[in-house]
Amino acid sequence: MWIYEKKLEYPVRVGGPNPRLAKVIITQYGGPDGELAASLRYLTQRYTMPIPQAKAVLTDIGTEELAHMEIVATLVYNLIKDAPLEEIKRAGLDGYYADHDRALYFVNASGAPWTATYIQSKGDPVTDLYENMAAEQKARSTYEYLIQLSDDPDVSDTLKFLREREVVHFQRFGETLNLVHEYMDRKKYY
Amino acid sequence: MDSKRLNLLKKIMALEFTCVDFNLYLDTHPEDYRALAEYNAASEALAATKKEYEALYGPLTNYGHSPSPQAWRWIEEPWPWETTF
Repeated sequence: MWIYEKKLEYPVRVGGPNPRLAKVIITQYGGPDGELAASLRYLTQRYTMPIPQAKAVLTDIGTEELAHMEIVATLVYNLIKDAPLEEIKRAGLDGYYADHDRALYFVNASGAPWTATYIQSKGDPVTDLYENMAAEQKARSTYEYLIQLSDDPDVSDTLKFLREREVVHFQRFGETLNLVHEYMDRKKYY
Repeated sequence: MDSKRLNLLKKIMALEFTCVDFNLYLDTHPEDYRALAEYNAASEALAATKKEYEALYGPLTNYGHSPSPQAWRWIEEPWPWETTF
């Protein structure tokens, strides 16, 4: 069961309409290293985790990623909601507009729709945790590229928070991997 | 959203973020009792601040986790993506 809280995990403020920035940030909504992929990856891997700490970590980080998805959606929504059509065309967002108007949809920065092939759920907890550590690093890199591309200091502030969370999640997955190794070693010798 | 409401909301956001971060840490360090005490202190402050906010501005959570005395205020705007910080 999940409940909804009528609040963001971190404040979102934008300097003004900026469809060019929205076009690249949307990749963290529906792109290969985005928050939808992250959340669904962890929430679907948790069922076959062998130890209680791992089940908790995947449930809790998977849930936090849903909150990050909401932050990214809020950024994109506010960057395009008042953007004039001329600006949308100049930003190369006219193809997106043709299919979605100013609505939110799960695509990467070049418009390709989200696909389950972005994620894996392998059953082997060591394999899955390595995948998750790599995923956190890929998301960290993406946020760094987005910060480089951003010309809006308020947006950059929110992107920096999201980047920082990738670092923390990577750390927690690494600790979980060590705990799983310890568990497997115990199973082998006793 | 007036500044009094916004400040209370920001306080809730800060306290809950503290809880999120301690929660993840405790998942892999369940025997760290100093961290556990910090988590419980933040959790208590969070509950008190949410109660204060909800009495003034309506429920923050759905499905029975927050009461809605007198009127059904859950549907009231602004939603999180409409809030101006």
